[in-house]
Amino acid sequence: MANPQWLWFLSRGSGIVLLVLFTAVMALGIAVRLGWASRRWPRFAVAELHRALALFAVALLGLHVVTALADPYVTIGWTATVLPFLSPYRTAAIGLGTLAADLGAAVLLTSVLRHRLGFRAWRAVHWLAYLAWPAAFGHALSAGGGDLHTGWVAAVIWGSAAVAAVTVTARLAVRIRQVPGPRPGTPAKLPGARR
Amino acid sequence: MTRYETGLCLPAPHRAGTALPRLLPGAPADVTSPASLRAHLRRHGPRPSCGGDRAHRQRLIDEVERSHLTGRGGAAFPAAVKLRALAAAPRIPVVIANGVEGEPASAKDKVLLMSAPHLVLDGAVCAAELTGAGEAVIVAHEAAWETVRIAAAERRAADYDPVPVRVLAAAAGFTAGEASAVVHWAGRGAPVPTGRPPRLGGPGRRPAALVSNVETLAHLALIMRHGASWFRAAGTPAEPGSMLVTILGEVRYPGVYEIEPGTPVSCLLELAGGTTAEPGALLIGGYFGTWAAAADALPLPFSAAGLSPVGAVPGAGVLAVLPARACGLAETARLTRYLADSSAGQCGPCIFGLGAIARELEQAAALGGCDLPAVRRWLRDVTGRGACRHPDGTALMVASALRVFRAEITLHERGRCSAISSAAVLPVREPAP
Amino acid sequence: MTSPARLAVDPIACDGRGLCAELLPGLITLDDWGFPVIARGDIPASLQKEAAAVARLCPRLALRLEQAAPNSPDRGQIPPRRSSRLVLRPDTGVRRPGS
Repeated sequence: MANPQWLWFLSRGSGIVLLVLFTAVMALGIAVRLGWASRRWPRFAVAELHRALALFAVALLGLHVVTALADPYVTIGWTATVLPFLSPYRTAAIGLGTLAADLGAAVLLTSVLRHRLGFRAWRAVHWLAYLAWPAAFGHALSAGGGDLHTGWVAAVIWGSAAVAAVTVTARLAVRIRQVPGPRPGTPAKLPGARR
Repeated sequence: MTRYETGLCLPAPHRAGTALPRLLPGAPADVTSPASLRAHLRRHGPRPSCGGDRAHRQRLIDEVERSHLTGRGGAAFPAAVKLRALAAAPRIPVVIANGVEGEPASAKDKVLLMSAPHLVLDGAVCAAELTGAGEAVIVAHEAAWETVRIAAAERRAADYDPVPVRVLAAAAGFTAGEASAVVHWAGRGAPVPTGRPPRLGGPGRRPAALVSNVETLAHLALIMRHGASWFRAAGTPAEPGSMLVTILGEVRYPGVYEIEPGTPVSCLLELAGGTTAEPGALLIGGYFGTWAAAADALPLPFSAAGLSPVGAVPGAGVLAVLPARACGLAETARLTRYLADSSAGQCGPCIFGLGAIARELEQAAALGGCDLPAVRRWLRDVTGRGACRHPDGTALMVASALRVFRAEITLHERGRCSAISSAAVLPVREPAP
Repeated sequence: MTSPARLAVDPIACDGRGLCAELLPGLITLDDWGFPVIARGDIPASLQKEAAAVARLCPRLALRLEQAAPNSPDRGQIPPRRSSRLVLRPDTGVRRPGS
């Protein structure tokens, strides 16, 4: 009995909010890594905000997917929301979104379980976030369609892109003090030394 | 100690067969011609059998306990306790003979491996039998690796040992000799400490590891042949047996000597041909050891109990003599820089703390100022905050230097140095890249 | 009420990020290089929740809440995760280097 137009607005609206949210989550994640903090926002607060927004974003993502599925005007099919590039409607555009969601789900799941997985495994999956964001952005551009011409929507989209570009550049450019890794001794070049 | 009261360093009277040397060859042998298996058997007799049922092995470990054999790698940990713990472990252990000798001032393990490899192998195999281990691994310093490999091959050809023996070359670097680092290296990991306790392994295959210094295992091999009373016939009641020491620095004949614990330090220097210049300070135990003023240390017995007035222990058996003409502060700064650079580089407090201490000491040695309160704070801060005892040992050495060279530090702060020569005395190898 | 616990840091995993000292200034201070120095002894009951939060939040997973053991070391050191199962427990003896 849901009004189809209403579903459409909810789906698109949540989409824009999601782009903003995921951009913020990524920026905050970079802020945590680079140690950006202030007196009002100490490092642990930045870390907690990163977590909280991520959880909220994933919840909203659920709404975004459900409203898109429920919309009678487009046929996506629930399998396409789990596996990318299966939707008969705008395969590439929806596929990118599904890809972003899948990667995001992996990041979230491993983060929730990270104490069990250990640091290395958790970090390896967490880096997929840097793939998830471009996928989400690509989804926004290709699925956005006509809305992209609306002033404020374009401003939001390109503003998010700018924030992403700046923070990722900072992440790559800023030299973080590393506690150097293990410095193994010169492996003996003698024949008996295996390696 | 009566035989030393006359001021002469007379050898101790011993029952027949219990005298020194026990580990090292009898005649001043060339260390490049190690004993063959046959020569080893001629001198020491057949390999002791340390296997058997549980009760029998426990009785043998009791014998080791009666001998009061302690580790010769620096920690002086009771050997019997280690053996018992591994024998009782639920998983089949591995015996690792630690002949890495990452300490640049120490040469005793290399010399032992090069001149008596079969004794070490006997001991390692015996320890394997006692603990029910599946394998004995000898990790040997590069210089001695070939000799040990040949000895192990000789035994393999004669089907001599009941457990497989593997010989590995050690990685270079000071921390490579740390127990968990050796285990990690033997298990195909990097030769860096993994944090206590030492553990061997890959996923699913995690035996416990008995890590023992090669000298300790050599003593074990002899105790199993001759018994605890024989072992205790030398040395002091509290610290029995014999030990290998490396004497270096301002002595005529620097090298490795086999001595009895309790021998006065002055007699050790005589053994090494006497000092070639007036001694100023001694570094006792190794680079993690303790500095002591020569005048204070010379009359003391070389044992844990005997050296306590200067706060030292025999440790890895290193006795380094610094001449009076050299600058103790400069020497300490060099050692500290070497130790800081030798850090495995895994823990922040060790990397940054030792680096800061080294920098401050170098500045002081170069006649700049020295922020002593800061150095003391850093010495406190690095202790116990790494995954191994590398920072702790360095801090102990530096703390003793601050005490012993206090006058020198004050002199340096005023822009002067009492030393005549600035040549380096103690060896530092290039740390591993 | 939970039994007495201690906070322990894995020195190899720790990076000196400093979130822990922000959350528990009473228990954790930073040394001159930003690495945590944990106060000895058990965590007071009033701070148990914060301590659990700190262990959860550490970005390197370097902090752990441990049940206080009779011979656990003073400085709050724990073995790193890869060797978390103890295989050898000598009853006595101070680990000096070179053993």
